[in-house]
Amino acid sequence: MSLFNVFGISGSGMSAQSVRLNLTASNLANSESVASRPEDAYRARHPVFQSVLEEAGVGVRTAGVVESAAETEARYAPGHPLADDKGYVYESNVNAIEEMANMISASRSFQQNVEVMNTSKELLMRTLRLGE
Amino acid sequence: MVTDKIFGIHARALELRGQRAELLARNLANADTPGYKARDVDFRTLLASEAGAGAPVNLARTAGGHLPAAGAVGGFEDVTLKYRVPSQPSLDGNTVDEQMERGEFASNSVRYMASLQFLEKKVSGLIRTLREE
Repeated sequence: MSLFNVFGISGSGMSAQSVRLNLTASNLANSESVASRPEDAYRARHPVFQSVLEEAGVGVRTAGVVESAAETEARYAPGHPLADDKGYVYESNVNAIEEMANMISASRSFQQNVEVMNTSKELLMRTLRLGE
Repeated sequence: MVTDKIFGIHARALELRGQRAELLARNLANADTPGYKARDVDFRTLLASEAGAGAPVNLARTAGGHLPAAGAVGGFEDVTLKYRVPSQPSLDGNTVDEQMERGEFASNSVRYMASLQFLEKKVSGLIRTLREE
């Protein structure tokens, strides 16, 4: 029964979107993190989605997480305990606006998968009651 | 098959609607996957081929070792699956239009319900016939 496969497919979509939400949360939480070297500064992480052929059908999975290559900004803060010998701290390259947009998109996609699952469940329940 | 005589096209329509639901769920799950191409079936041709008119061309498998055409999943042969023409293609190569897929999914669900309703009436009619009063 292929309607059962919908649960697997939508489930994979939900878990992929929740990975995205998790990464957005960690990006936003670390947007103010600073480091004393530019290499150590926090870099925004983003998931890479990939469609995958499973027994249940074509779902989606997170193929990996990539770090943003955007420049990290140096801020002059000589009083900061993490400042280097020139008095600079290096901020993360998280773009808060981008992350907010990402969050909205992820939550909408998540809701969409939930809705598909709910509808399929309802249809299956109706089918089970066939002939009553 | 005797069920064909009783239920007519509705039993098969229900099955096809279920398979299409899977296909649309697949499109929606991959709404953010780069390079994913949305696919769908032409329901009219599919149901017509079930009724015996204008069957779609399928790849013949003449030996046991032959593989089905790539992507033949969810009960549909690859040749019956078509790619959607994107109205607003995105730069990452993804052609899923979420609003449209959602609409299609809702419409597919309603039509599934309709087929189900027909079947329900048939079954309750049969039961009434069989019951001794």
